[in-house]
Amino acid sequence: MDISAITQYTPLFVQAFFLTVKIGWIGIALSLGIGIVCAFVMYFKIPVLTAIVRVYVELFRNTPLLVQLFFIYFGLPKLGLTISAEVCGALGLGLLGGSYMTEAIRSALEAVPASQRESALALGMGKGQLFGLITLPQAISSSVPAILANVIFLLKETSVFSAISLMDLMFTAKDLIGLYYDTTECLVLLVIFYVIMLLPVSLIGRAVEHRARFAIYGD
Amino acid sequence: MEALGFDVLLKGNNMLRLLQGLGVALKISLISVLISIGLGIVFGMLVSMKKPAINAVFNVYLEIVRIMPQMVLLFIVYFGTTKSLGLNLSAEAASIIVFSFWGTAEMTDLVRSAIISIPVIQYESSAALGMSRLQTQVHIIIPQTVRRLIPLSINLITRMIKTTSLVMMIGIVEVLKVGQQIIEANRKASPNAAFGIFATVFILYFIACWPISQLSKYLENKWAN
Repeated sequence: MDISAITQYTPLFVQAFFLTVKIGWIGIALSLGIGIVCAFVMYFKIPVLTAIVRVYVELFRNTPLLVQLFFIYFGLPKLGLTISAEVCGALGLGLLGGSYMTEAIRSALEAVPASQRESALALGMGKGQLFGLITLPQAISSSVPAILANVIFLLKETSVFSAISLMDLMFTAKDLIGLYYDTTECLVLLVIFYVIMLLPVSLIGRAVEHRARFAIYGD
Repeated sequence: MEALGFDVLLKGNNMLRLLQGLGVALKISLISVLISIGLGIVFGMLVSMKKPAINAVFNVYLEIVRIMPQMVLLFIVYFGTTKSLGLNLSAEAASIIVFSFWGTAEMTDLVRSAIISIPVIQYESSAALGMSRLQTQVHIIIPQTVRRLIPLSINLITRMIKTTSLVMMIGIVEVLKVGQQIIEANRKASPNAAFGIFATVFILYFIACWPISQLSKYLENKWAN
């Protein structure tokens, strides 16, 4: 192992790290937004939109991110829709994550026991109160573990961004290996930066999972 | 159709080549899934015996798989071992090793949680009915565990298929790579091939995964409770 190579490459990896984290979190924020909207559409069974959401969720849950990115980045420009690699990465991650988040939030909403809704109605609550004060708070806390698992999954998926020539961690490692053939040093740096990116999220996920288990009442 | 680049599919045996590419990806995922399920069941039973030493090792293993992207693992096994150990693995062997390593961790976790989710009352009731430990396992515990496990393991298959799309990054010619080759070869004749080809690859993956995930969902609902 060559220490001087590691010190030389570290700044490049730091740069790539921030780019990966930035696009990763933009994509995750996007996926949460899509997930919340789509989950509400499915929960309230809004006609027509429910069917569209269902098709979207099934399409994106059953195809790999790499294929989705290739389609968006190389396919869509042929229809006149050209977007930059960064926007494409965030958009692809957001669309993929949106389909997973939709499922997580929808199943949390549906998991609130019927007795909760019936009790709220028996207390004379209106529909808005029932959803805002009873269903939603319980659904939020019980969906947290699934959402965090999705966040970890999506952060890991950022590694395929290199395929659309986005200068992320993977791309930097591949590039440096190709240029200088310091394979071991680059792979060590790659692993270190992914650990920095994901270990905290994973540990928080575990801690929250234990607490969220007691969130649902009834049953 | 020409403007969208779907016409390329009908030239020569392009469609057949794409399907063969998908076949390569499916073969790798099938082999990895079989290895993962086999090893996962054995490890899962070991872990659910709750021996501290075994669980400590397994927790580290699970954490590695949980936070390392499969692509990084692929690079380590494919490029890293060649450089530092002098091993010359084929790309297919490297990908099967990585996907089995990943899948085994997932499967072990599924098996463990299926086993520990069986309530104690099931064991106590069987004991109260005078069943031996073997009878309890065979007639009571294993059937319930298997029912919880099958939908989840089927789900693992679709995740494995989706993950194998990464193998193009270490030079295996699978469906995406074949798609790129077709696009390059027809750059002049049909400049819009990228749309048609990648849309087709998108649909092909969907056709491969969707029925499997529907089956998993169906079994899960059928066996709920």
